[in-house]
Amino acid sequence: MSLISTLARLEAVSTGRAQPAATVRHRHLGDRPLVLVPLITAGEAGAPLGALVGTDRDAPRLLAVPQPRDRDLRFAFLAELAGVVLPYVDSYAESVEAAERTETDPETGKRVKVEVDLCADAPQLIVPSRAGIDLVRLLGRSMRFRRTAEQDPEAPYPAPPRVPLLGRWLTHFGERARVPGSSLLLAMTDLLGRHWVTGQSTLEDQHLGALLAWIDPPEGVTGAEAALRAELERDEQGQLLCPPAGPATDPAFDNKLLAPAIERYDRARTALAAAEDGLEADDRLGALTAAEREIRDLVLSRTRPTWDAVWRGLDLLRELPEGARVEERWTRDRWSFTGHRDRLLAGEPPQPRRDDAVTAANKLATREREQARLEAQEALDDPLVMAGRRLSGEAFAGEVTDVVMAYSDGKRPSPRPLVTVRTDDRPQLGERTKVYRSLGGKPQAAEFVADEEDGAYVVLRVLDKMGRGKEPEPGSVPEKGDRVCFTLFEHEQRGGAKLPDPEETPWTHGGPPGEAALEPADPVTEEDVL
Amino acid sequence: MPLPRTRGTALRQQLAELRGPDVPAKALDARALAALAANPGCARRAILDGAGVNKTALASALGSPSAFGQSQFALTRGNAFEAKVKADGGAELLRLVHEKLDRSAEPPADARVPDLTASGPQGRTARTELELREAATRPGVWTLLDHPMLALDVAGSPAFLEPDAVVVHPDGTWTVVEIKSFPLLDGSADPAKVGAAARQAAVYVLALEEVAARLASEESPAPRVRHRVLLVCPRDFSNLPAASAVDIRKQRAVTARQLARLTRIEDIADALPEGTCFSPELPVEELTAAVESVPATYAPECLSACELAFHCRARSREEGAVTTLGRPVRAELGGLTTVEEVLAAARGEAGDPGDPAVAALRRAAALRAEALEAACR
Repeated sequence: MSLISTLARLEAVSTGRAQPAATVRHRHLGDRPLVLVPLITAGEAGAPLGALVGTDRDAPRLLAVPQPRDRDLRFAFLAELAGVVLPYVDSYAESVEAAERTETDPETGKRVKVEVDLCADAPQLIVPSRAGIDLVRLLGRSMRFRRTAEQDPEAPYPAPPRVPLLGRWLTHFGERARVPGSSLLLAMTDLLGRHWVTGQSTLEDQHLGALLAWIDPPEGVTGAEAALRAELERDEQGQLLCPPAGPATDPAFDNKLLAPAIERYDRARTALAAAEDGLEADDRLGALTAAEREIRDLVLSRTRPTWDAVWRGLDLLRELPEGARVEERWTRDRWSFTGHRDRLLAGEPPQPRRDDAVTAANKLATREREQARLEAQEALDDPLVMAGRRLSGEAFAGEVTDVVMAYSDGKRPSPRPLVTVRTDDRPQLGERTKVYRSLGGKPQAAEFVADEEDGAYVVLRVLDKMGRGKEPEPGSVPEKGDRVCFTLFEHEQRGGAKLPDPEETPWTHGGPPGEAALEPADPVTEEDVL
Repeated sequence: MPLPRTRGTALRQQLAELRGPDVPAKALDARALAALAANPGCARRAILDGAGVNKTALASALGSPSAFGQSQFALTRGNAFEAKVKADGGAELLRLVHEKLDRSAEPPADARVPDLTASGPQGRTARTELELREAATRPGVWTLLDHPMLALDVAGSPAFLEPDAVVVHPDGTWTVVEIKSFPLLDGSADPAKVGAAARQAAVYVLALEEVAARLASEESPAPRVRHRVLLVCPRDFSNLPAASAVDIRKQRAVTARQLARLTRIEDIADALPEGTCFSPELPVEELTAAVESVPATYAPECLSACELAFHCRARSREEGAVTTLGRPVRAELGGLTTVEEVLAAARGEAGDPGDPAVAALRRAAALRAEALEAACR
């Protein structure tokens, strides 16, 4: 955390309201995001209890598992979830535009441009909290190796038809969410925390209700009071008025409300199974339906406040103008989406449990590159982020006080003007340090020549983007009186060294992965159901 | 049993008075110990835990109830899993210990599983020590101690600990076993949870090492406590056990150092005003005053570890302490410790401009104002 955001945090404490941490929106928000508010059962890995899901804030789809330990009910939940998520994903897979991509020609080994399809837009999943992102990954992992009855007629407990496919998509979303700056799968707490700072610690910011209370407190209440209420206030039954955003539920809810309701459901189900004639069965079916309805109502009561909070957060975020370079990063998300769509169409097997060495190294390299890209782009898009970089000496801004024309030595002298900038910043410049400024969205490089008056004046030599002629193109050299901002970091990221193909993996890294064997599904044991 | 010290009796009496009349002491579990070691500077937590005060009840009496609780679903599942792992005389558990930690030994068959029941924590501790001594006389035999009880001296008062299991190997070495119900998914588990389990196991290892030291005699050296513990978790999405050896040398060293650093409880107790009592029966004002008489060092991390955290947080916020916003925030601000102090320094109303922290603050405030102004235009 930079001193600037610390200061903002203290101001938030003192004013009782969250302070801006950004002046533009740094993440893409689609027109029709799919919001998912899941709940899970405590103590059990990947056992959903219920969810609210949908693209219409007024009409969420409620899914509930009346007995989370029952495998059939769990599959029914996942099938229903697939029934909502997959049509949404598919609706983006069809509309494509032509794009170009450089590929290595397998015969000549040369880099050539090929025309490919790029999906015109991509789906976007919003979950309330970071734990929600982990759950998406976990659900993806639990489903993608399952076999349907069609794939494997012998499989015990076959999965419903579209469930493995949903698993592969959720895995992709979860994997993509690890790439810095991507927007395919986002957590609302992260989004709000990126754009506002509150008067509480970042740990407490993980509570969506409290975070929103700081940003947008109700009339006549300070953010601090509203946040405290969201965190702790309970009704006469001892239930939190603002239930946790999940996926974990409040233990008091589990013990006082949910456990008795599930017990009633179990009893009604046993009773129905034991019914001896049709009339009795009808009655008991009624009791079972009532018990199920009760659990659905409980799930709704715990997810609806979070659902509304997520949409409220989206409203607040949409009020911010989108950063200039957000669109470019979203295009990368579209490529990622298109790539996964193509892999599915090509009939490739599900993502493996563990990546091979080359894939893993590539993923890491991508994340590092995207992290650097994100940091550079956010600073260029947003003066408040740039202020942090200026404070740390990674950038400086000021007014041009003098421009002296100079030329390079060489057969064809090129313009190398010397520009003097007056600045209050204290950049960490060394001899011939390269600095960059944004010129029409492209980086222009300059190098440090000297400083005068103890760093108050910085002399730079502009190096490029001035055209081919002897005289620089108009507008390509700063003029006296211009405000300029130079950064010490590069604006565009170069790709790292190319890694070998997976077949060429050296023995030090496990050797070639060999034939891609179909990964077996998780063994099904009786113990799945406790 | 070296625990009841000569001067310990006076201290025990003093601590019992702090708890209040007829309030039984609450045992210090390993989780509390590990959390205590994570915030060794907090005198309030040290004395309350040392005196065995029920902090949950205390927090409720103060009007800032703690938010800890365990879902009965998690509890049921955890117990069912532990029972499954230990079923059949611990056959599966011993198989895992053999496979993951001691492959060169004889495979465990006919392991001893002694009965450890006794009355009271002292009795159970003595019983455990007796069985460990007994096991030391039988080389070549596997012994499984199911829920043994160990005592550890914490800042001058004994804390009783109950590991899930301790295994004595045929070569006489001891292994701590931790059974947890979070899943081991494709060979990896949540690092935060594994870390917590490792810190907990480290405390058990320290306690066992004290027992081992007592068993040492002229003819036989002290048994070795292994520094790799066995973590047993459900595999993937099933409840079949999977195990992994976890090296806890680092956690052991850290915990040992922190425990040694703990301000001695006697010193804190001696500094308290005469007649201080933490009984939840007392009126709120009296109780608040008693709690306030011991200094606390609140940080947001307390929220996940200490029952009194909400109370301390409210106090810390009232005082405007910057640590309320996190330890890193405090570290950035040099000698400035309250919110108003920092803001005044940033506005240029107070503070020494020669102080680098103040100069940096003013610079940050100016840059922030400039950026926000630029955005508004």
